[in-house]
Amino acid sequence: MNALANLGSVVAAGPIGVEPDTGETVTFWVCATLAVLGGLGMVLSRKAVHSALFIALTMINLAVLYIAQDALFLGMVQIIVYTGAVMMLFVFVLMVVGVDASDSLVETLKGQRLLAGIAFVGFLGLLLAGVVEAFDGVPFVGLEAANTAQGTNVEGIGALIFTRYLLAFEVTAALLITAAVGAMVLTHRERVEPRKSQPELSTERFAPGRHPVNKPSPGVYARNNAVSMPALLPDGSTAEDSVPGPLRVRGDAREADLLALAEAEHLSAHEAVTVDDPYGPGPGQTDRQASGEESRP
Amino acid sequence: MNPTNYLVLSAILFSIGAAGVLVRRNAIVVFMCIELMLNASNLAFVTFARMNGTLDGQVVAFFVMVVAAAEVVVGLAIIVTIFRTRNSASVDEPNLLRL
Repeated sequence: MNALANLGSVVAAGPIGVEPDTGETVTFWVCATLAVLGGLGMVLSRKAVHSALFIALTMINLAVLYIAQDALFLGMVQIIVYTGAVMMLFVFVLMVVGVDASDSLVETLKGQRLLAGIAFVGFLGLLLAGVVEAFDGVPFVGLEAANTAQGTNVEGIGALIFTRYLLAFEVTAALLITAAVGAMVLTHRERVEPRKSQPELSTERFAPGRHPVNKPSPGVYARNNAVSMPALLPDGSTAEDSVPGPLRVRGDAREADLLALAEAEHLSAHEAVTVDDPYGPGPGQTDRQASGEESRP
Repeated sequence: MNPTNYLVLSAILFSIGAAGVLVRRNAIVVFMCIELMLNASNLAFVTFARMNGTLDGQVVAFFVMVVAAAEVVVGLAIIVTIFRTRNSASVDEPNLLRL
């Protein structure tokens, strides 16, 4: 009886010390699945922005796992610094750099993916064998005592950082300053020529050979607004530079000479009518107005 | 549940990150894979802290986070500089570091 009770207590304490409760078990399986899915999605997704979102998912799930393991401070830092700051920096740089050919998943080295897959399986097997061999069944002491020794988890970490790890902490400050200065030095571009003032810009704009205003757009006055149709100038000639350069080079610019002739005639005829109008209301116009009033019911 | 599962998860994530570094060609995605490996090692550190019942592992994970932040800043600055001169963020380009 006594032996049985002893056995029971041994089993209860277990070979693992602190046994994770059901809540933690469920949390682990949910978050571990999502974290692995996020990692796989990051490696396998074609677009870099999708990779960034997948790794953000992984990091948030890891933060939950930290908190589940009594590392409250690290969990919060993980969410704020990693998911909040670092990943946003990644997305920001992605926006600056944009999408280029390196996003494609086409193999440039023959057999690279197969070899990488073999290396992945081999490395994973090696790691798992080592981890399971070394730590399976090792009792977990748990952090109850360590977390409550100084009050809370944050205070415990603070006490360690500012006593035993003080030197490392100071070196960290130097590292961060160096990183900030390094980033500024790396992204700084020296101006190779002095900044242009407004008079200089204006002189440049009206220099000979430059077009100070918008060029005519194709198809203006030509009864056809196709890109290949040159615009007509007021004298009926065609404006060559109204057709986009590539079309002109390819010889796709259409001839507008015949049209231009017809258009010029049309314009001149129309002009004759409209030029007459501004000289006051003629008798015909009053007639029209009178007839309009009459026809009104 | 065996708490060693956390270490197994850490090993899996680390391997995924390493495979990503081997496979991907976009320098930014390679950087993200490195971040994943750092995170996996952090998870291992936190688990070791729990295993030993001391907070030292968590402090080391904290320092890893600080170093990772500094590394990201400098690394992304290098990527932006290279992109400016090469118009590409691919790690396949030869002579990438030569000016």
